[in-house]
Amino acid sequence: MNNDDNYGNNVPQIVAFCCNWCSYAGADAAGTSRLQTKPHFRIIRTMCSSRVEPDLIMEAFRKGAWGVLILGCHPGDCHYKNGNYKTDRRIRLLRKTLAQFGIEPERLRLDWVSASEGARFTRIVDETIEAVQKLGPLNLAVPCEVIHE
Amino acid sequence: MSKPKVSKPKVAFYWCASCGGCEEAVVDLAEDILTVADAVDIVFWPVALDFKKKDIEAMQDASIAVSFINGAIRTSEQEEMVNLLRKKSGLVVAFGSCAHLGGIPGLANFSDKAGIFERAYKLAPTVTNPDGIYPQTETQVPEGSLTLPVFYDTVKTVDQTIDVDYYLPGCAPPPDLILNAVTGILEGKLPGKGAVLAPDKSLCDTCPLAEYKPEKISIKDIKRPHEVVHDPEQCFLAEGIICLGPATRSGCGERCIKAGMPCRGCFGPTRDVKDMGTKVLTSIASLIGIETEEEMSEEELQKVLAKIVDPGGLFFMYSLPSSVLRRRRIK
Ligand code: SF4
Ligand code: SF4
Ligand code: FES
Repeated sequence: MNNDDNYGNNVPQIVAFCCNWCSYAGADAAGTSRLQTKPHFRIIRTMCSSRVEPDLIMEAFRKGAWGVLILGCHPGDCHYKNGNYKTDRRIRLLRKTLAQFGIEPERLRLDWVSASEGARFTRIVDETIEAVQKLGPLNLAVPCEVIHE
Repeated sequence: MSKPKVSKPKVAFYWCASCGGCEEAVVDLAEDILTVADAVDIVFWPVALDFKKKDIEAMQDASIAVSFINGAIRTSEQEEMVNLLRKKSGLVVAFGSCAHLGGIPGLANFSDKAGIFERAYKLAPTVTNPDGIYPQTETQVPEGSLTLPVFYDTVKTVDQTIDVDYYLPGCAPPPDLILNAVTGILEGKLPGKGAVLAPDKSLCDTCPLAEYKPEKISIKDIKRPHEVVHDPEQCFLAEGIICLGPATRSGCGERCIKAGMPCRGCFGPTRDVKDMGTKVLTSIASLIGIETEEEMSEEELQKVLAKIVDPGGLFFMYSLPSSVLRRRRIK
């Protein structure tokens, strides 16, 4: 992932996984209502939030994401009945684990957005970008290699 | 008439960041070691034989048939030695969990050099070091300068350092797999390059407790091994004791299970799993309260998850350096 914008500034990159049935439609609703968000995010559409297995999140961080946002249907509304409950447990455990890896838990957020909640989508995206902007880039690529004295 | 002297294949053994258990595993071949020793010419084995680095340097490139390297890579000396052995060997086998995945020494990647030195040379209860003197790569003494290898911040697997042909998994690899590998190499009957020389099944497929494993596991509460008496006729996961069996490759002979302990994953993952720790984390989190997930209150959920005190150390116990993130972030 290239973190430089056209002007060579270091800008945040957020990967936002949105489930097809609620949150992606919510993002769409934000678009059709012409709601403004900060531009530093890329949406990846998945069938369900539970499709976003933690190894995809690890991979996103490894490749340079400053933050990862997962959006799914509200509890009780998952198109596959209870995928989002599993997502919830996994993300809680992953956040705890990421802290041990020196990755601030604020860089990983799970939230719920329904198909009609365009404004909620915009707010969550903006909040996540702001939180991550404060933390700065992860810069994992270099420290993963051997560091000589 | 005397038979023409056929030269035996040359074999080397080397150790890096390891505990010595893998050397022990070779000795554990018992009388079978004599068959091996008869069929090969051991040209290097620091733990047992007095050959030196210069003896290896003097050899022709690729003249050693196979080098078995155990241990992870954490110092410049280890890095240099494995590069030398790579150059001089036809085949390199990463021997044991530490060489294969980073192993227990690889847990050091949750810290760094400064943290490890402080713990080992200052804070450890058996150490008195008021002046905070730490090992140096170079120290001047009246007689001249003394040197030590560079100690890296990050522990690496052998294949993150040199090209590896095969892997023998396990902490330590069991005698039957070692013997199979050696015979395979001597007879030229080996699978494709990069193979892990053990079955590609999960431990649950061969576990004696699998017959007690319910079709659907729902973990209601998490217990640590010392908190409960394990029922020998019960699957660990069904008891709420975290077992890495579902994500771990089989082939160890279920050593821990038979000794009444859950699997900790020393054999590494099966072929298609990239990041073993993350995989286990995912499946354990999915199984927690799966049957009552809709009714579970926030407090209940937090209470169960809090029982996993050290998820990093538990899920990545043997595989941290080979995981996607490899180490704790250095800020
Ligand atoms: S989870 Fe552990 S105890 Fe249960 S069947 Fe698998 S390896 Fe055996
Ligand atoms: S049960 Fe698991 S940890 Fe124990 S020897 Fe087998 S693979 Fe290794
Ligand atoms: S379909 Fe939206 S969370 Fe499962």
